[in-house]
Amino acid sequence: MSKPVIRVENLSKKYVIGYQQDSYKTFRGAITDAAKSLTNALNPRKRAKAQLDREEFWALNDVSFEIQQGDRVGIIGRNGAGKSTLLKILSRITEPTTGRIRISGRVASLLEVGTGFHPELTGRENIFLNGAILGMSKLEITRKFDEIVDFAEIEKFLDTPVKRYSSGMYVRLAFAVAAHLEPEILIVDEVLAVGDAQFQKKCLGKMEEVGREGRTVLFVSHNMGTITQLCTTGIYLASGKVIQSGNINSVIGKYLAQGSTNNGKMTLVSNIESIREKKKLFFKQIRLINDEYIESSELDVRHPFYINFDYEVTQPINNVDLSVRIHTSDGIAVLTSSQSDTVQMKPRNIGTYEVSVKMPAMFLMPGSYMLSIAAHEPMVEIFDIHEHILLFTITETGTKYAKYNQSRETLGIVITNLPWFESTSQLDKLDFVQTISKFNSKL
Amino acid sequence: MKTKEPVKELLIEAGRTEGQYWRDLWKYRELFYFLAWRDILVRYKQTIIGMAWALVRPFLTMIVFTVVFSNIAKLPSEGTTPYPIMVFAGLLPWQFFSGALTECSNSLINNANLLSKVYFPRLIVPTSAVIVSFVDFMISGIILLGLMAYYNFIPDWRILTLPLFIAIAFAASMGAGLWLAALNVEYRDFRIIVPFIVQFGLYVSPVGFSSQVIDEKWRLLYSLNPMVGVIDGFRWAILGGESNIYLPGFALSTALVILLLASGIWYFRRMERTFADVI
Repeated sequence: MSKPVIRVENLSKKYVIGYQQDSYKTFRGAITDAAKSLTNALNPRKRAKAQLDREEFWALNDVSFEIQQGDRVGIIGRNGAGKSTLLKILSRITEPTTGRIRISGRVASLLEVGTGFHPELTGRENIFLNGAILGMSKLEITRKFDEIVDFAEIEKFLDTPVKRYSSGMYVRLAFAVAAHLEPEILIVDEVLAVGDAQFQKKCLGKMEEVGREGRTVLFVSHNMGTITQLCTTGIYLASGKVIQSGNINSVIGKYLAQGSTNNGKMTLVSNIESIREKKKLFFKQIRLINDEYIESSELDVRHPFYINFDYEVTQPINNVDLSVRIHTSDGIAVLTSSQSDTVQMKPRNIGTYEVSVKMPAMFLMPGSYMLSIAAHEPMVEIFDIHEHILLFTITETGTKYAKYNQSRETLGIVITNLPWFESTSQLDKLDFVQTISKFNSKL
Repeated sequence: MKTKEPVKELLIEAGRTEGQYWRDLWKYRELFYFLAWRDILVRYKQTIIGMAWALVRPFLTMIVFTVVFSNIAKLPSEGTTPYPIMVFAGLLPWQFFSGALTECSNSLINNANLLSKVYFPRLIVPTSAVIVSFVDFMISGIILLGLMAYYNFIPDWRILTLPLFIAIAFAASMGAGLWLAALNVEYRDFRIIVPFIVQFGLYVSPVGFSSQVIDEKWRLLYSLNPMVGVIDGFRWAILGGESNIYLPGFALSTALVILLLASGIWYFRRMERTFADVI
């Protein structure tokens, strides 16, 4: 039923770096360069060198994809993956080096909040100016003027120069203008990172609305929470290439797994022979595994993950307990979990063992954590211990806290879901017991 | 959903913007007005006398030129025209040209954030800058009317041809402005060169004096300066029977203006596609 509204075929964009080593090109530079290249042209040995100076950089390299009508597409990737270049080409700010794009429909792009706002002009004047820059006609702006002012919540300051606005007001006004464009295709770069939580929610709502109306949204963000809320499909870019596209959840999974710095894996012994002589028990390797069985140190908060580690026993031991401890990245211990919490302690024979601890989904608040492991006989002997050996990140992909835009430091370290109840009068003991039990049975 | 006219498919490809360009220019026509409106509005914000500055500057320049060239240097006017009117008839297009050139050449750099974040035909930016200077030009035109009233000077039918010469002045500013704006994006040297051109141009153009003081055999060579044709044209139209035009020179100047404009648009269009990457 739906046809592609955007079709990108073999798109590449080359930048030449090294050519503009000075911040500005100068005329003199160009003239001496011209003279140099002229002499170099006659001297093949120097020609090769001159070409080395001008290093090419492919910001996009043979990118192809299609976007259907009404898709809400999240474009994700690390810094420098080519996301912004792609958006710039799609919005016709810069030209591709090769390849082609077919777009059917009016495109509006919002690569920056408040482009073209002039600080000296009043809010009212800026609405008209910004609207015109984004491609609205004066008539269109006049028609939507009240709606825009309403959305931005700045009625009182309409005739104040925007240089006197708070940054929040500024952003609200800027987004309000852009939100009232009526394009068939809306391209948005990471612009929602600003503004307070309530306004962000409003913006997301507006963008969802745009999507529901059958219009197409392309959205770049580093905030996975926003992406999962808003987008249905995703494109994952790395070094100018499409790594994966399709369903947003699998794209995000791939992105998180690939992006982790230590790949969620750490080898703990270097010289296995010497350590065998010294220790009765030692750890060999530790891995973090996500619920798709990929090793990764970036873990989706919505899914469980596993801490797996191998250890080797060189002499029989009577009592061995294994523990993992998790610290926040700023050093606060969150929990310690031991095998003996749930399983009877038991002796070990010589050999190699692998252990797995399952961490539940929706448990640790998004943020960075450090992992420690130990093998010990409680209160007697520590066989082997590795403290803070593995750093991992729980990624916000849509917890109920995402909307608050606040850090772990404010909200706490664990995610909870506790029963609450409330009544209109103060309860005596009997009433309380009855109400509580009724309430609990409902849960 | 609303009913819409069938959407035209847009094709983005390396080196292919031509067909769409002029249509877009028309689509974004209101932006010419908005950008010019912004610049005018901004220029006189937080000033006490506001728009009056557009009158004060040319008026004072006119007085200085009259004193220097007429009273001190004793240069002749054209016919019996009062010297201030003769000066002002030349000052008017010159200030338009120099203002437009300065604004135009810096326009792209001043709007760098726009160029790198939003799409619109880039030609709009320098054109709006020229329009801003044109508004100043219209305002200082009031002084000319005032001078004419003061000296009881009544222009003849030739004043009706003035729009033609205004168009030539516009074309000259636009042509030179486009060249400099595009060059300025890549080579910031032109930021320094432009004020120099303007300063220099004031002396090599017949602003403070009549071009009739130039020896006949140099007139054609002198007309290589496109502003000579423009200023002579203005004087011919405004001063009426008192002024004569040197036709071969005027034709040469006008031809140069047309060449400047055409090549300016060509060069600008050629460089335009890399603006966002270079600026």
